[in-house]
Amino acid sequence: MSIKNLLENWSSYRRGSEGGGHHNYEHRWTMSINLDQCTGCNACSTACYAENNLAVVGKERFERGQAMHWMRIERYWDQPEEEEYPSSGASFVPMMCQQCGSAPCEPVCPVAATYHTPDGLNAQVYNRCIGSRYCGVNCPFRVRYFNFYSYYEDAWPEPLNQQLNPDLSVRDKGVMEKCTFCVQRIRVAKDEAAMDNRKVKDGDVVPACVQTCPTSAITFGDALDPESEVSKMWESQQVKRHTYKQKKKDPNLRGYRIFEEMNVEPSVMYMERIRDEKV
Amino acid sequence: MAIKETIDESIKWAEINADVLRSLETPRKAYWVTLAICVIMLFCGIAAETYQYNVGMGTAHLSNPHYWDMYLSSFVFWIGMSHSGTLLSAILLITQSNWRKPIYRFAEAMTTFSLLTAAIFPLVHLGRVWNVYWALPYVSDRGLWPSFTSALLWDTFAIITYLCASVLFLFVGMIPDMAICRDSATGWRKKLYRILSAGWTGTDKQWRNFRQAYLLMACFLIPLAVSVHSIVSTDFAASLNPGMHITSFPPYFVAGALFSGCAGIMTLFIMLRYLLNFEQYMTLEIFEKVCKLTFVIAMVWSYLNLIEFASVWYGHDLPNKEVLIFKATGPYSPIFWTMIFCGSVLPFTLAFKKLRRNLKLMMAVSLLINLGMFAERWMIIAPSLSLAFEPHQWAVLWPSIVQWGIVFGSFGWFGFLILIFVKIVPSVSMYEVKELVYHHRRELFHWDDKFILGIHSIDLQHKKLVRLVNELHFAVSYKRGRELLEKTLHDLSSYIDLHLDYEEKLLIDSGYPDFDKHKKGHDLFREKISSFVDRHNIGDETVQHELLEFLKGWLTHHIQGEDAHYVAHIDESEHKDEN
Repeated sequence: MSIKNLLENWSSYRRGSEGGGHHNYEHRWTMSINLDQCTGCNACSTACYAENNLAVVGKERFERGQAMHWMRIERYWDQPEEEEYPSSGASFVPMMCQQCGSAPCEPVCPVAATYHTPDGLNAQVYNRCIGSRYCGVNCPFRVRYFNFYSYYEDAWPEPLNQQLNPDLSVRDKGVMEKCTFCVQRIRVAKDEAAMDNRKVKDGDVVPACVQTCPTSAITFGDALDPESEVSKMWESQQVKRHTYKQKKKDPNLRGYRIFEEMNVEPSVMYMERIRDEKV
Repeated sequence: MAIKETIDESIKWAEINADVLRSLETPRKAYWVTLAICVIMLFCGIAAETYQYNVGMGTAHLSNPHYWDMYLSSFVFWIGMSHSGTLLSAILLITQSNWRKPIYRFAEAMTTFSLLTAAIFPLVHLGRVWNVYWALPYVSDRGLWPSFTSALLWDTFAIITYLCASVLFLFVGMIPDMAICRDSATGWRKKLYRILSAGWTGTDKQWRNFRQAYLLMACFLIPLAVSVHSIVSTDFAASLNPGMHITSFPPYFVAGALFSGCAGIMTLFIMLRYLLNFEQYMTLEIFEKVCKLTFVIAMVWSYLNLIEFASVWYGHDLPNKEVLIFKATGPYSPIFWTMIFCGSVLPFTLAFKKLRRNLKLMMAVSLLINLGMFAERWMIIAPSLSLAFEPHQWAVLWPSIVQWGIVFGSFGWFGFLILIFVKIVPSVSMYEVKELVYHHRRELFHWDDKFILGIHSIDLQHKKLVRLVNELHFAVSYKRGRELLEKTLHDLSSYIDLHLDYEEKLLIDSGYPDFDKHKKGHDLFREKISSFVDRHNIGDETVQHELLEFLKGWLTHHIQGEDAHYVAHIDESEHKDEN
């Protein structure tokens, strides 16, 4: 690239892809999760296990924190004295990789095994990962999972191994992994659209968690498509991208992004649970 | 053998050679026991790593959120230990501190071997060790380069550079000693030393080149050492975790490194002195200086700790505050308080002369200090990861026996390398000890702390007087020719006049009551000196030695006697002026 080119387009390069800079994004995959509709049933988590070849690690390893649940349901009790803690009164937050626009996990990998795709996804390249786990340390959401063992050796004894999804790999030990917004389904949808010579429509791509949720709490789509359901949701909640502090006209709107103030630019919006009184 | 104060001035060069070369021969029983222990520890480490390599990192009880634990903290600990050699070899070379001369060889070896031990940990802590070379910037067929935004990669470059520079520094410093070994060795050892001594014959030109090269490398190594540990600290400072994302980490880590390096020198000093019978050379005077240095650095480290705590305490950053409280009161608190005790309280034993001279106590103190520093590195990682931003992932997890085993094994590896080294390379630098003795011998008048009065200008002048007396002694005793003698005598007498006039003016200005008596003493001195000079000018050869003896005696008594009397008065008058 020439100096002239660099100087002319400096402001656009400096803002980079996220600030509306020079990258031409085809899609910008985004999610919206309605915490009021979430019942904490864990169906999304189970679907994720099935879709992405995640190993069930067993009770001992789970308790030690070595589980592989890319999508996890977090339970919080904000009024433990009121309800019959812990059997009821929990609020649920489905937490998975937020596909941050300014992902803190990306610059710290020594071998560049994680990068940002033109789709707006944070991609993990299993083949390149040498397992230094710096990305896991630097993720504020702690949604990165490490293959601490060769789970494939005993997680799927015959005939369970026949239900593995052939659309993606089974990872060996020593490699970092995380939610990919079911990138394998995104690729299939894009390929089919290309074959039919059309654009990807809203509803073509359905990640496993979205597909399974019984209350339709999760909405997924392309933020660059103004007609998509998820775009309309973000609009209605007045949650804007490319900012770390939302300024809303209506203070009663429930939409927010987690750890937004850290300026990581998450792609997932949560809508707060409606409660009887103020928290 | 009784504990020696200073190296015997009358020692012969051949004796130094013989003593040090003897350390390379068959060792005493204690050496074999220590070596056996180190090898056993090393095997524990190898066994643990083999198990972890085959089964997976999960055996170390790492988890989400504890992605890093003792492997990284041991890595930082050993890099820190490597600053010992740089401090003693390079920094003290630049400050011309001669007491480093008998001991810098093993300190420099410590640097190299600490780095080699630290190099184990990036291998051990990687999930896919067999691909570690991807972190090196080589031209791959896929056009892939490592990510230059990552602090772990900066580590790679920094440590490789530091290792190469340290090995070179160690090797070059050894060359004259390797020549001595070559000349007295036989068989395969002779071949080895011939290679290592690189054709050294001790000519003037070689010595000049050697001195230049060594000094240049020392100047290069000092900023390198500071930068290496600063870069290692950015592993943590560049992450976003509360308790790790702290601006003062680079100087804090460098101070901690110098601290643990000094404590390491103390430990090895006592060990090698015993194992290799070096009581003659590794004297108590030198050990005391090392202890004092350790104490000063302990205070620097404690101060940096304090400002880190203070800035967290009065800052508005809630996660950081929570992590600090968690460190002090949570499940990690015994380790945290061990760190505080061993790092800030225990070093006060180094401030007392009586305790410093108790070598058994000092061995324990130095080991405990390093225990504290290890705890410090661990407490930077584990509590921060336990209590990071995401509340669902707050968890405390202790390392498994596999992790302990590998860390344990690293100490064995380090000990093993050092013990093998001291049998191949003389761990006391023979040529430097000879230099030290030679310079000491040259001095008629040894400047001591007891001559310091506390008035800066007077002390400087007294120091210069002593130096001029020593120069005259050198010119006389070593028969350096008439010209030098005349010049030195002239310098000395004119400086004496300058000093006496200055002192008298100072006393008049401050209104010293006993001024007349003091001036009488000065006048007598002036008379004596001029009579000596007159006798010299008419060709009296015997006057030189008389003059030197007279000067030595007079200065000693006058400084500690009459000059000491006016110190209190000058201090008072200065305070009156201020008010």
